[in-house]
Amino acid sequence: MPYVSNEDAKVDEQTAPGRLTKILDSDMFHSFLRSKVTVVAACGTLFLFLLALLAPWVAPHNPFDLASISIMDARVPPVWMEYSDPRFLLGTDDQGRDLLSGIFYGMRISLIVGFCSVAAAAVLGITLGLVAGYMGGRVDAVIMRIADVQLTFPAILIALLIDGIAAGVFGSIDREIFAFYILIVSLSLSFWVQYARTVRGSTMVEKNKEYVQAARVIGIPSAIIMARHILPNVMGPVMVIATINLALAIVTEATLSFLGVGMPPTQPSLGTLIAIGNDFLYSGEWWIAIFPGLALALLVLNVNLLGDWLRDALNPKLR
Amino acid sequence: MIGFATRRLLQAMIVMLVVALLAFTMFRFVGDPVNQMVGIETSIEEREALRERLGLNDPIPVQFFRFVTQAAQFNFGTSYQFRQPVSDLFAKRIPATLELSFTSALFALVVGIPMGIYAGLNRESAVSKLFLSVSLIGISLPTFFIGILLIFLFSVTLQWLPSFGRGEVVPVGSWWTTGFLTVSGLKALILPSITLGLYQMTLIMRLIRAEMLEVIRTDYIKFARARGLPDRLVNFRHALKNTLVPVITITGLQLGAIIAFATITETVFQWPGMGLMFLQAVQNVDIPIMSAYLLLTAFLFVAINFIVDILYFFIDPRLRVGRP
Repeated sequence: MPYVSNEDAKVDEQTAPGRLTKILDSDMFHSFLRSKVTVVAACGTLFLFLLALLAPWVAPHNPFDLASISIMDARVPPVWMEYSDPRFLLGTDDQGRDLLSGIFYGMRISLIVGFCSVAAAAVLGITLGLVAGYMGGRVDAVIMRIADVQLTFPAILIALLIDGIAAGVFGSIDREIFAFYILIVSLSLSFWVQYARTVRGSTMVEKNKEYVQAARVIGIPSAIIMARHILPNVMGPVMVIATINLALAIVTEATLSFLGVGMPPTQPSLGTLIAIGNDFLYSGEWWIAIFPGLALALLVLNVNLLGDWLRDALNPKLR
Repeated sequence: MIGFATRRLLQAMIVMLVVALLAFTMFRFVGDPVNQMVGIETSIEEREALRERLGLNDPIPVQFFRFVTQAAQFNFGTSYQFRQPVSDLFAKRIPATLELSFTSALFALVVGIPMGIYAGLNRESAVSKLFLSVSLIGISLPTFFIGILLIFLFSVTLQWLPSFGRGEVVPVGSWWTTGFLTVSGLKALILPSITLGLYQMTLIMRLIRAEMLEVIRTDYIKFARARGLPDRLVNFRHALKNTLVPVITITGLQLGAIIAFATITETVFQWPGMGLMFLQAVQNVDIPIMSAYLLLTAFLFVAINFIVDILYFFIDPRLRVGRP
């Protein structure tokens, strides 16, 4: 294998290899470089994340600045079509907002919702999984029964139901203000099961190992054993699930927004943009729906490819 | 066998009870049912009378028991929005959803299985790789966006197929209406069922491909080839047959997913089914419809899971040995 000698050379150069060289020489990094699709997907993901993160600086216009948008610019087609305007590369939507900028800002909101809900679902799932696996007995039975019941329903239905209930509790005006939080709650409540099941499984293995027993013997409280000792050892699979779930969370958020129960038009995510554009599809203004949709598909495809690779790379069976 | 089935049935009933408790909680505590049913000028006395008549002053366990008994008789109360019995509303819309789901499942199987067989047998061919790339894109595209793309292409640009509704429907029997018997009905089915079935199609294709790859490496296939049996016989009689066990399970479980995702497809195509009604109920906080839909889908899922479990028992003999 060529990279073995490579490693030797590096060790000669500097006796203690730094963290970066360690990463660059790991199995994972080599398997990463070997898969061209993954490298492309990683670059694509990074590019899209940067666009979303830097939206206020890279976007040609600010779609939320009411002073700069004009209804006179509404529904301008992309630059390569007739009656276009060179200021708007991908055209404008029904209110005269630049579509390209709208997509950057929309992607930002989609990604924020995606990351927050994945994080919330992971925290909820990991906590319940740890408690179920460590405590066992009745606590375990109750938590896992709930997980089983929930697993029989698709996440999107659960998210829709929670949205509906939230609307009933808050009323329609508050719904717009709380839309972001309602989305995070409904998405995380729909996706926690996978984390809980995985973490519970690994916890049950870990808790019988000596280091946990030793910690218990010297009288460390259960909560600290779970958080400090077991948790770091069960995080590997969680990262894989989180990556795959990020794509799923983005799609689910977009779907909810498209259905009109997600982000409101005042803070549009990619799904909301598509929903707005859908109304103009029949009158020939196709770009308002299609471009945000393509951006969404590109984002999800890249994250999915990355997640697929991560799952295979961390799966010892496939090595 | 009977012990296994009884235990599964018991589990299924517990799941249904839990879901019923959820639906009941929603129905009873999200918003006030009385406020939703009466106008603003109704007096407090009249409200109290209605409350008493609906039994909302009874102890909660009694109310829950009544809710379950009524739900078991398909009595889900009155919709806040339509002022009609929820069960009537569902009866009107069930045929649309079931016909759409059935056609989608058929599409997924009829297209997915041959593609999977081909990709499994000709692993290295360019066409197989194309199938796989397309399936990856199919998985990454959200359902609703596939629907929009299809509408844009076939309805708006080419104007071949309708973009909304069921077309002309014909009544069959006392309450069922079908779109299978008219040209416009069949045309209206094409785009929604492709949209709804595409994900399942890619799933079945990938599954069959993976199973085929595994099966053709086994000894009995090598042996059959060594005996000089024709390829067609080996591929279809010996190999395909053994790949179908997981496919049956997955297809069964995916049937439930199809019915759930019908909500999205029905919204994109304004298909007058249960899913569209559920979504409108979510937007208008029409709790009786929401809780009825929850119960109905839960029942479907539990029933499908139960049937698949029992089927598995017949298909896979190992299960019979392992369990009493």
